[in-house]
Amino acid sequence: MADSEQATKETLTVTLDGKEIEAEPGELVIAAAERNGVYIPRFCYHPRMRSVGMCRMCIVEIDSGRGPALQPSCMVPVSEGMTVTTESALTKKAQDGVLEFLLINHPLDCPVCDKGGECPLQDQTLAFGPGESRFVEEKRHFEKPIAISELVYLDRERCVLCDRCTRFAKEVAGDPLISFIDRGNHTQVNTFPDDPFSSYFSGNTVQLCPVGALLARPYRFRARPWDLDQVESTCTSCAFGCRVALQSSANRLVRKLGVDVDPVNWGWLCDKGRFDFEATNSDDRLGGPLVRSRAPGAAGDGAGELAPGTWSEAWDRVVEGIARARLRPGRESIAVLGGARLTNEDAYAWSKLARSVLGTDSVDAQLGDGLPAEVVVGLPRASIDAACGADTVLLLAPDVKEELPVLYLRLRQAVVERGLQVVEVSPVATAMTPYTAVSLRYRPGEAASVVRAVLSGDQATGTDGPADERRRAGELLRAGSLVCVLGRPSLAESAQPVAAAAASVLDALPEVTFLSALRRANVHGALDMGLAPGVLPGRVSLEEGRRWFADAWGSLPSGPGLDAHGILTGAAEGRVACLVLLGADPLADFPDRSLARRALAGAGFVLAVDGFLTASARRADVVLPAAVYGEKGGTTTNLEGRVSRLHQKITPPGTARTDWMIAAELAWRLGGDLGFTSEDEVWDEIERLAPSHHGLTRARLASAEGFDGLLAGGVPEAGDRDAPPTMSQADSPGVLGAMRHTKDDSLATTGMGHDRHPDPQSGSEPAGAPPGLAAAEGAASAGGSGYADGGTPQEVRGDGDAVQASVATETDQGGSDAFRPSGGGADHGSAQRPSPLRWSGGGATAPTPPPLDRYSLRLVSARKLYDDGTLVQRSPSLAPLAPGPRIRLNPGDLSPLGVGTGTKLQVTSGQGRVVLVAVADAGVPQGSALVTFNQPGPGAADLIDSDGAVTEVRIETLGGAGGATS
Amino acid sequence: MAVSNAAPIISTRFAADDGHTLAGYEASRGYTALRKALGMGPDAVLEEVKAANLQGRGGAGFPAGAKWGFLPKDVFPRYFVVNGDESEPGTCKDRPLMEHDPHQLLEGLLISCFAVRAAQAFVYVRGEMALAQERLATALNEAYAAGYVGRDIMGSGWSIDVVLHWGAGAYIVGEETALIESLEGQRGMPRLKPPYFPAAKGLYLQPTVVNNVETLSNIPWIVLQGGAAFAALGTEKAAGTRLFALSGHVRRPGVYEVEMGTTTFRDLVEAPVYGGGIRHGNGLKAFIPGGASAPWLYPEQLDLALDASVVGPAGSMLGSGAVIVMDDTTCAVRAAWRLVKFFAHESCGKCTPCREGGAWLEKILRRIIDGHGREEDIELLLDVGDNISPGPFPHPPLDGQPGVPFPFKQTTICPLGPSTVSPIHSSILRFRDEYLIHIKEGGCRHD
Repeated sequence: MADSEQATKETLTVTLDGKEIEAEPGELVIAAAERNGVYIPRFCYHPRMRSVGMCRMCIVEIDSGRGPALQPSCMVPVSEGMTVTTESALTKKAQDGVLEFLLINHPLDCPVCDKGGECPLQDQTLAFGPGESRFVEEKRHFEKPIAISELVYLDRERCVLCDRCTRFAKEVAGDPLISFIDRGNHTQVNTFPDDPFSSYFSGNTVQLCPVGALLARPYRFRARPWDLDQVESTCTSCAFGCRVALQSSANRLVRKLGVDVDPVNWGWLCDKGRFDFEATNSDDRLGGPLVRSRAPGAAGDGAGELAPGTWSEAWDRVVEGIARARLRPGRESIAVLGGARLTNEDAYAWSKLARSVLGTDSVDAQLGDGLPAEVVVGLPRASIDAACGADTVLLLAPDVKEELPVLYLRLRQAVVERGLQVVEVSPVATAMTPYTAVSLRYRPGEAASVVRAVLSGDQATGTDGPADERRRAGELLRAGSLVCVLGRPSLAESAQPVAAAAASVLDALPEVTFLSALRRANVHGALDMGLAPGVLPGRVSLEEGRRWFADAWGSLPSGPGLDAHGILTGAAEGRVACLVLLGADPLADFPDRSLARRALAGAGFVLAVDGFLTASARRADVVLPAAVYGEKGGTTTNLEGRVSRLHQKITPPGTARTDWMIAAELAWRLGGDLGFTSEDEVWDEIERLAPSHHGLTRARLASAEGFDGLLAGGVPEAGDRDAPPTMSQADSPGVLGAMRHTKDDSLATTGMGHDRHPDPQSGSEPAGAPPGLAAAEGAASAGGSGYADGGTPQEVRGDGDAVQASVATETDQGGSDAFRPSGGGADHGSAQRPSPLRWSGGGATAPTPPPLDRYSLRLVSARKLYDDGTLVQRSPSLAPLAPGPRIRLNPGDLSPLGVGTGTKLQVTSGQGRVVLVAVADAGVPQGSALVTFNQPGPGAADLIDSDGAVTEVRIETLGGAGGATS
Repeated sequence: MAVSNAAPIISTRFAADDGHTLAGYEASRGYTALRKALGMGPDAVLEEVKAANLQGRGGAGFPAGAKWGFLPKDVFPRYFVVNGDESEPGTCKDRPLMEHDPHQLLEGLLISCFAVRAAQAFVYVRGEMALAQERLATALNEAYAAGYVGRDIMGSGWSIDVVLHWGAGAYIVGEETALIESLEGQRGMPRLKPPYFPAAKGLYLQPTVVNNVETLSNIPWIVLQGGAAFAALGTEKAAGTRLFALSGHVRRPGVYEVEMGTTTFRDLVEAPVYGGGIRHGNGLKAFIPGGASAPWLYPEQLDLALDASVVGPAGSMLGSGAVIVMDDTTCAVRAAWRLVKFFAHESCGKCTPCREGGAWLEKILRRIIDGHGREEDIELLLDVGDNISPGPFPHPPLDGQPGVPFPFKQTTICPLGPSTVSPIHSSILRFRDEYLIHIKEGGCRHD
């Protein structure tokens, strides 16, 4: 409300039902009343949208000095001396009347309505409505229900025309695809002809609907609300970290609802986040280990088929594979790829396992599709609120609507409602482009030079943007507070130019802060937990943190390991003896599929820990089944570094278990001990050891303060926010009331308390079993000199002496070979808590792209929300929405070929050749070609050369006649 | 009271064959008022209009000068909108003004825009009025060609453009905020109040004056003759002359320009120059004094003056100047049903009581007429009406009981909802027995 931004924030006194209350200037009567314990019924009012005063349910008697009159309390701001009467006979009769009007044409098919039991119309009828019906006429009829999109059904008979969905679509989502049509008593909500409600945010309208008029296809007829059990949790479908209520019935996830928290998602979710819980329920989930059979007579791995095995068989093979790898010299002999889908606790456990037990620093949660870890971890950070509240945002990121949809909503809202100025530097137009003050295009590989030209005001630099636009962009960047939203705009160019651009911004404007736009789930948490080469938990470098962590963990690798590109290159060249895929599918997600394929073939022993048998996991020697989202608790970290809690809602299938348990047991089978037996103990250790997370105690995370999540690393919450809107069940039906109101921890732990032990169904011993048991089982473990002496696996000593031996090993010599039990609660002696990593551009020299070739186009590749990824493809409702691979070209590049949209073109790069359907798109500059990443079928990953600065492609018509472009 | 001898002001060209052409208009002092106004300067014109005490002729009766005065100082651009969406049943007085004298409207509009320093003018004409649209468009083209509209008007250095916009057939767009929504390309739905007047935030959220066609047609005369001359006509609270659209069961239905305040309903209905009495010598049953949404009046109110300040306290409204006469052959139930059907059909659907309640009332009435009424339906009709327009509904004194003055209260956003209640309340109040006959006998004595 603009009115609330008055310079003087004094409170007003209002008389509410005879009692004097204090209210904020500009506050609406309905909100002030609710804050003071008087609930005024409502349907159309929603605190996150503009009031429209349409349903008339909230009319009360208001006297502003000219006598009492019935007025909608959602439209009238409080004024000094105002008298509000919500319980007068006149008010009661009017509210009775409105409810009766809303009910006369309502079908009252509550027994088969999804909303029955959590329906504001039902509840408010009980509380405020008439007791009987006087309507004897024929009710209004519509065809029921109609599909207005792939995901949403509309039952117009139930609709009370509150304008919530239509307002949301227009005001919040910016997708005005549903509207009122017809008039009067025949008014209905509908789409425009032949134009479905295909918004990425359509599911929010289902949650907003105060009746059962809008129905989610994945939920319809699946449950009765009173059978639902829920936990608070955080969405990990992307890295934005929306707070959610996760609901299940009969041990299956059935619904995810957005929960309104002020600093993050305001109650909104994208449809992918809302519906991809279907993947958790998928029949494709792994319920037990898979072990590749040994082909008869063959000595090595990988000759036979993957077949179900027992955990014992699987562990034996894993221990054997790791032991053999330890005999190989080199920093990449063991490598761990992935971890961005894990919880913080999982990631920490694997980070600790890799460093202190496996002895490798070649760990990378990113799959060559993000930014260098030191850039993400080491730049000064901004919160989401800081970005949305800044004067200017520099958007150096992929299309946020496709990759971080709710960040798009927040940024869009900031632009539309409060005039945020956005400067976009992007290789192609994005969904944010219409909301930008200036949008500059750059040719792949030239991001840094465009940004430098903008910052320097130098018009001579070889860029294509019109000079006055660059000048305007430069002015805006210097106009006030600036936040740079930084991601990887295109997977078909090296990350270095983007990092170099960020360094230039930081150099020129030292006050700038950065909001990461990396997309994958808990990638920021994984990096914070040290799942990146050269980075230790708590955002410290390997060198800076060496003493501190050596004290706690026992040993550390001697030097930085390899990143994903290095690991895969090493594997392809046969230097990786053991490759661990931690929920990673490089065949799908690494930009260069050819390299990923060669790496999986060339790696010695491949262990996949995953909830699904992905394309990459199919090539593993052992696949261990992991619990996935909804099946485990812990914490996750969003793109601003906000740590918020996850809760288990259902049990994992079969014997699948959480990743930290797998890490702990693997350590134990290798003769080590990670030192924790519950995820709470993992978090306690993180809080104690990880400098950036110091002070984020479990108690704080579980408190009301922690409900919104807590920012790690001392990043300040953007203050000066308006008071959070008061939400009630009618505002967000379905989110069981108590959660939002009380932020009560007892409810939050309904699904899985901190005190619970691992799932009894898992059939395996708890991870905290004593090490002696491991030794007795003959788990291979290696001593300090075990790697280098070239022994065979049979020669590795499997006794507890190794443990003793390694204790003496100095952490700063031969660290990669040493491990010992940390004991978890080790005292840190004299070591100082290390200071966090700061990155200011070192090593961010952008590789020089090759000279322009007039016969080639520079490839740009970015993701769509619905892709060929595991979550989307295992969610039956979402899988059909993946648009398929396309090549988008400027009409000026397409028309010389004599073809248009819809034509199949042959696209050739140095890496491969694919056939793609062409789309003319003026948002792609001439000389560039946009190929969507990771869509079903051949696509960008078959073209991208991850060794090069950029990828150049040639396009030809299939007839072979054409060829040259430009 | 008697029929006034005052000369007509705005209907002088209704009878002329060429009144709608520029030549015909110029031949009768056309556009001389604009020239005079341009010489006077905006503030002097505004003072004349204020002095004229010209009440808005659209229905609410708000003084035009005061409305213009609501424009916030120093907020520009300002817009001027002509409400030509005349749709109220019985009301047909703006239509002849647009059909027979479009230049008079344009001249009044131009003078008004000059007075309030408007940046652009919009004329919103009801979609069904094909001839009015054609004549206005032709007139505007002529005026542009003659230099009365456009750049540097008559060498004064003042410029303005006029945009014509045709409606799409919704009664509610006559409500000024719905008209603005429609003009902006949105659904024609009323805006929430506050802000109560478009003068603060109107078209494109800029200060906007919305005036009725008839209101503006008076402006040239006021500029030429002076505000005082206009105010001298009629009474203090009802100045000037006004067009009344007389329809229903009179001998001579038509649009008559009469002097306000000094003329009564009886004059209008019975005077030979006006209605000429009830048809066939029948008796008067009831009449609607100000368009279909006004509560009905009965024979004992015939001597009320045509003055909003008189009709309001008497329990109805002068509204849009449409007087609908019902003789004693009229079935009150069917008359009410027909009016309710109109309002239910024209509800925009935005707010619940009007959207649902109007259609419900229509269904109940239809059921009674079809012979399936129940005695409790009468109370139901009144109570549903009370949920749209709570509290005592305006009506004239009855059976020695005092009346309830206008206006009605509403749970709705705009007065369309209570308009639906008017015919029901008025008919039950006086003719409850006819309802009972329908309910008990399944038919009607008026067939």
